[in-house]
Amino acid sequence: MSSIAQKKGFGATLWDYLTTVDHKKIAILYLVTGGFFFIVGGIEAMLIRIQLAKPDNDFVSAGLYNEIITMHGTTMIFLAAMPLIFAFMNAVVPLQIGARDVAFPFLNSLGFWMFFFGGIFLNLSWFLGGAPDAGWTSYASLSLASPGHGIDFYALGLQISGGGTLIAGINFLVTIINMRAPGMTYMRMPLFTWSTFVASALILFAFPPLTVGLFLMIFDRMFDANFFDHTMGGNTVIWEHLFWIFGHPEVYILILPMFGVFSEIFATFSRKRLFGYSAMVFATVLIGFLGFMVWAHHMFTTGLGATANAIFAVATMAIAVPTGVKIFNWLLTMWGGSIKFTTAMLYAVAFIPMFVIGGVTGVMQASAPLDYQLHDSYFIVAHFHYVIVGGTVLGLLAGLHFYWPLMFNTMLDETLGKITFWLFLIGFNLTFFIQHFLGLLGMPRRVFTYGADQGWDLFNLISSFGAIFMAVAVTILLINIVKTIAQNKAVGRDPWGDGRTLEWAIPQPVPFYNFKQTPLVRGLDTFWIEKQEGNKEGMTYAEPVGDIHMPHNSFIPFVMAFGLFVGAFGALYNGEQAWAVPVLILGLLITFLSMGTRSLKDDLGYHIHKEDLMDKKGGKH
Amino acid sequence: MIKGIKKWRLFSLVTALMVFLSGCGEEHLSTLTPAGQVGRDQLNLMVLSTGIMVLVIIVVLVVYLLTIIKFRRSKVGEDVIPKQVEGNHTLELIWTIIPIILLLILAVPTVIATYNLADVSGMDKKDAKGNATAVTVNVKANLYWWEFEYPDLGIITAQELVVPTKEKVYFNLKAADVKHSFWIPAAGGKLDTNVENINKFYLEFDKPSAGLEDGVFYGKCAELCGPSHALMDFKVKSLDRDDFDKWVANMQASKEAETPETDLAQQGQELFTNKTCIGCHAVSGAGTTGARGPSLATFGDRNRVAGFMEKTDENVKAWINDPEAHKPGNTMPQPEDINSGKKFTDQELTALTEYLMGLSVEE
Repeated sequence: MSSIAQKKGFGATLWDYLTTVDHKKIAILYLVTGGFFFIVGGIEAMLIRIQLAKPDNDFVSAGLYNEIITMHGTTMIFLAAMPLIFAFMNAVVPLQIGARDVAFPFLNSLGFWMFFFGGIFLNLSWFLGGAPDAGWTSYASLSLASPGHGIDFYALGLQISGGGTLIAGINFLVTIINMRAPGMTYMRMPLFTWSTFVASALILFAFPPLTVGLFLMIFDRMFDANFFDHTMGGNTVIWEHLFWIFGHPEVYILILPMFGVFSEIFATFSRKRLFGYSAMVFATVLIGFLGFMVWAHHMFTTGLGATANAIFAVATMAIAVPTGVKIFNWLLTMWGGSIKFTTAMLYAVAFIPMFVIGGVTGVMQASAPLDYQLHDSYFIVAHFHYVIVGGTVLGLLAGLHFYWPLMFNTMLDETLGKITFWLFLIGFNLTFFIQHFLGLLGMPRRVFTYGADQGWDLFNLISSFGAIFMAVAVTILLINIVKTIAQNKAVGRDPWGDGRTLEWAIPQPVPFYNFKQTPLVRGLDTFWIEKQEGNKEGMTYAEPVGDIHMPHNSFIPFVMAFGLFVGAFGALYNGEQAWAVPVLILGLLITFLSMGTRSLKDDLGYHIHKEDLMDKKGGKH
Repeated sequence: MIKGIKKWRLFSLVTALMVFLSGCGEEHLSTLTPAGQVGRDQLNLMVLSTGIMVLVIIVVLVVYLLTIIKFRRSKVGEDVIPKQVEGNHTLELIWTIIPIILLLILAVPTVIATYNLADVSGMDKKDAKGNATAVTVNVKANLYWWEFEYPDLGIITAQELVVPTKEKVYFNLKAADVKHSFWIPAAGGKLDTNVENINKFYLEFDKPSAGLEDGVFYGKCAELCGPSHALMDFKVKSLDRDDFDKWVANMQASKEAETPETDLAQQGQELFTNKTCIGCHAVSGAGTTGARGPSLATFGDRNRVAGFMEKTDENVKAWINDPEAHKPGNTMPQPEDINSGKKFTDQELTALTEYLMGLSVEE
């Protein structure tokens, strides 16, 4: 990648990224965009903590506060965590299974651009009359009553970016099923590939309910349908079900790939194969499966009745078992190993106690009668930040440090990385641990302010104080990234020295076609096996050098997604502006015409010839 | 090593904090100081689950600390290649079965409590004369106020719920506009007020609330319902059965047209009637649901103005003068809308305040 950037001008590089279908470059696009939205969501979080630092504060108004919390949650889940996860999936999975790219490179690009335009559309609400303000869950009675266009931006923006996510999920399913190198049986797949596989299956089944729910919401708000209007025979509880049938698997979509990243990191930096590999795989699949059986635990107080609550309570508790299996297997992976505390490993090691805290508070809330007290209080806020920040965000930061050399052939500064780690960990615990007690002391969530002398003043101040640490930590991380890019010091293949899986065996910078010859996988941790046997190349090959079939770059995915972006404005202002319907039609026309172009124009790609491959070593394009 | 010590320090700190907190919290608001059986059942589950979970945390932490202390590369040696262990079936079985047992210990009381707390059959019990034996309250949640109707007693109040002690009080919950959630943390868990159906549950109060700091328990709206969600507070007064019966009788006896004693209050009453306040606000405790605004029959007895502001004359005036500024998004008209485009004069506000503060059913 870096070699390309040196040779091309800015315009050419930009064009290259706008049209790329290469999974490695799409990974970088996801990383940059996801990183940007992570900062945006972080700023929103800081505004929340400033507002709540003292009682009866008027830093932001009540209405604006609701917009900020809604956008904080929505941005962090859909526009930061998901794309950052896709960044690592794209960067790593094809290399990890010995593939030249994902199964559908064109769709990969389309998925990204849909996410991108959906995210931009949603955030434009800030400048076009106000952001959504009904919480990231957007419960129907409130979201239908919400004035302005905020909720419309939410529904349309998430619909577009959700489509992108669904496409990406299907792409990874097909890729992992079909494109594994010879010898890589399912039970030889690295854990990150396994968890990507399971998470993609969850996306496949979880996103359609969201799509349905959002469409009903769009129809209700924009075209006066009555799906959720109880006065016209609709029902708002249906929205809650649809949302959580999506929403609960969604949190496993966020955490499972990170379980994969941690599994790779524990094995690598303990110099030991993953303990209980088959149990780990089984636990991952089981968590994914049970993830669909527990959505109603978000609705214990909705009034579903004792039987439903009891069933979902017990089902929820059951998830603790496979999760516990994973925790102990990670511990036993380190046990007897040789642990090296790199920054990535520090994140992984810190993840265990953080996630255990988040997990046990989850079990507490699984107890339905107890949840009547904890639900929608600050206890739940503390709980889900312990699993999402203590699990997913620590995983993303670990993955960032761990896979940075794979993506960019440079290494993030370890000292700055460790400073970031400690500040972030301390700040995170200061901010969120105390919130458990705020909940127990009766503080509801999503309150824009609170009266003094209810016993919450000090704890809120401590919580806000902790947030400063996290903000400083992220700032140092950004400095680290800039510094690393500026220095641009190549580190070469297997920079950690203890790489175990195929992605570390590939020469650096990674050639744009990935593997010159498809590798033969001889076991779990195939690179480790080759290294132990003294194979300098790190790979055994399954085929002789031959022509490589490659897809052409294409601008069509960008245009296709852009059409939806344009059309969304038409739908949003329908019935209000004269130009709304023409714009809606124009947008859809752009999308359908570009789909037509794609369908009618034969693009058979091109071949890299054998002769050209023979005298090439690295990734020069 | 340093990190390990830090972890332990944190842990003991947490434990100390727990102990400290359990004796702490506001008695009228904290879930840790239950006011009755429901809250106590829930607290017991919390103690049980916390106990089990602390056990789990301790086990994990012990293995964890031993691991990261013993197997650091600086201790093991730079070039050591550890034995590549595949796994261990016995261990896998142990850490599958033990958690299942621990969860069963929690699951059984959970299921029992779930059914117990959902048992509202007592609501329909009648005595020999055909009167309901238990007090049932119809709660209607509005943007951003609470209505409490006692259908069997023919009375209605708002913002301040009054309940008898030492018996189950049953609730029918419903929302008038958007979804809210009815939560009295000290008394027990919350239940949502949905827009399309009635949710039922019960709560219990051991003691009269008179002994509390403010003389009331605090109630909260626990479901995001709009800009002023945070301000949608209510208060709960628990009375001994005798006092409760007296209160009910006073409520039933209170009338619309009672003339207040002072001139100022009479002037206030006139304004209240002429400026159409009375179109939305009832001033008698007898009645049924249907008003567009909260009943003010017990205004003088209440703990707060508009549910959350300290009860002073100044705040009553400030509230009437500009409700939107204090509770954004609420449905009470601004004074301009009912007073031909003008604000009320200070004198008018004083009169209204005098009148409202005099609305009382207690001695």
